[in-house]
Amino acid sequence: MANVTKNRPLSPHLQVYKFIPTMAMSIMHRITGAVLYFGTVFVAAWLIAAASGEESFNQINGLFGSLVGQIILFGYTWALLHHLLGGLRHIMWDLGYGFEKEFSTMLAKANLAASVGLTVLIWIVVLVVR
Amino acid sequence: MDMRTPLGKVRGLGSAKSGTDHFWKVRTTSVALVPLLLFYVVFLVMYVGRPYVEVVGALANPFVATINALTVIASVIHMRLGMEEVIQDYVHSESMKLLCLVLNAFFSLLIGGLCLVAVLKIAFAG
Repeated sequence: MANVTKNRPLSPHLQVYKFIPTMAMSIMHRITGAVLYFGTVFVAAWLIAAASGEESFNQINGLFGSLVGQIILFGYTWALLHHLLGGLRHIMWDLGYGFEKEFSTMLAKANLAASVGLTVLIWIVVLVVR
Repeated sequence: MDMRTPLGKVRGLGSAKSGTDHFWKVRTTSVALVPLLLFYVVFLVMYVGRPYVEVVGALANPFVATINALTVIASVIHMRLGMEEVIQDYVHSESMKLLCLVLNAFFSLLIGGLCLVAVLKIAFAG
């Protein structure tokens, strides 16, 4: 019998489409999701350290306080906010709103601007509070 | 022409036999995570750089500990389902896909277990 599954037509992928803001943000949503997924290792490490006692807590805070640690945390803050805001757009679409071309393009750009803006704002607050 | 049986239509589970379960769980956890994570961000901004006693004291507060535990549970479900979708989209070899799906489940549950135990230990034992 012929192998029916091998010759099925496949839908075209990313490279055949014009690169537009909504597409870019769709890709970013996946990437930030994956970053958040693997970054949970840092969250778990911090919570375990806090639960293990003062010495390990101070050690991990030292690591996160280093330059590399701060860059990782800054990136993680942005990934979280970007994915959260992107998620809100998806909820809107799931409810059946916001499919107009101009509106969704504007929202895709706003998503990026808001996530970067909020991340910078949070870090200004953190660094000033310190 | 509709080829579905009346029973199949009533069940509404489709060819994958799980219906909208995956979709629904991703959306409900995402909606739950919006306020939970916003709380988390505000909490971290408030307690960043504070000494151990103060931070652990705040984490041991029953309200904070509950929020923490719920955040961990919702996150683990959400991250597992999200990565499942990515794996099913990009990993085409059947054996590799199976391996990735199993590793995904193990990783998510391991992270969830570690976080939950840490949160509960701080809540109950300080």
